[in-house]
Amino acid sequence: MHEVSLIENVIALVEQEQTRQVFARVTMIRLNVGALGCAEPEALRFCFDAVATGTIAQGARLEIDVMPGEGWCADCGSTVPLAERFGRCPLCAGSRVKMTGGDTLRLTEMEVE
Amino acid sequence: MCAVCGCGTASPTDGHLHEHDHHHGPGHSHGGDHPHSHAPDAIDFGKGLAGVSIAGLSQERTIRIERDILSKNDAFADDNRSAIREAGVFALNLVSSPGSGKTSILVRAITELGGRWPIAVIEGDQQTSNDAERIRRTGAQAVQINTGKGCHLDAHMVGHALAQLPLERGGLLFIENVGNLVCPAAFDLGEACKVVVLSVTEGEDKPLKYPDMFAAADLMLLNKSDLLPHLDFDMDACLAAALRINPRIQILTVSARTGEGFAAFYAWIEGRAAAAMAPVARPA
Repeated sequence: MHEVSLIENVIALVEQEQTRQVFARVTMIRLNVGALGCAEPEALRFCFDAVATGTIAQGARLEIDVMPGEGWCADCGSTVPLAERFGRCPLCAGSRVKMTGGDTLRLTEMEVE
Repeated sequence: MCAVCGCGTASPTDGHLHEHDHHHGPGHSHGGDHPHSHAPDAIDFGKGLAGVSIAGLSQERTIRIERDILSKNDAFADDNRSAIREAGVFALNLVSSPGSGKTSILVRAITELGGRWPIAVIEGDQQTSNDAERIRRTGAQAVQINTGKGCHLDAHMVGHALAQLPLERGGLLFIENVGNLVCPAAFDLGEACKVVVLSVTEGEDKPLKYPDMFAAADLMLLNKSDLLPHLDFDMDACLAAALRINPRIQILTVSARTGEGFAAFYAWIEGRAAAAMAPVARPA
């Protein structure tokens, strides 16, 4: 359940932002999570409220944009959607697909007041 | 949140390392600022962007941030890597599921290598100091980190452990992660290489089931080889699975019980340590 640590890191970034900008409350936090990354969006949602309680992020809404997996196939030279990290090429069934996208784990924006 | 240095990785009840004094050894800095930001006691609505408060007009606004969620861990990991390198030490992060034999591998390696290299160990477990005590009985220095409810070591915890360990030039540092084949994959600790341990009593398809860890590792130790005659373990299928996930991974079959394969493990360490310690070429 490393998603708890990840949410703690998100809240630390929000608190860090509060040292630069003045705001009293965070109403929304938006994350960009890769479908092939190491974090499970449902697990992030599951622990968010518990971890946020008592912090600047208490009561905030968590929005997660899931970024689809993407790879480049060395066999057919195409950029292809990738359903799993080491999946085969959906076009030519080649196995030499290098993951090029879908493992992001970023805090992108938040709404504050 | 830790009240001393602002770390957000532990709650006060989780038995986290920070209950002790915050002793940062030389060369260990906590990269960047330490935000101690708490919700203000008094909320002044006149301090919004516009500088005024007008009833009925919300000052809600959107802030674009674009920060990597693991950026804080990665900054600590960079600090650890610099400190370890400056100390002239080669560090390995051992990861596996519980019970695959990480500690037994370390006990044998320390016993057999202790005369050649000074060795220090950081042990990660949720509870108990059993593993650190086992390591200390071999004569090596060991620090135990208890993660409490945590399922992995992070770079910040390791930074604190480093401050308590005497690192000797030319030495080895083994970091034994919490037994968990999922979470430790995401957290860089500042090591030179990750070594994943898989035992032959586990399924041969583990690399396919838990690909992140095998993708992150440089070396796989296939342990408990002495049990192979008693098992239906499909060695070829296991090697193929690991290489499918990570074509560059090196694989050694070992037995911590009999010592089989350990000479090759030591040769691997020696080669990687020499490469890691080689002076960085300076432009003429």
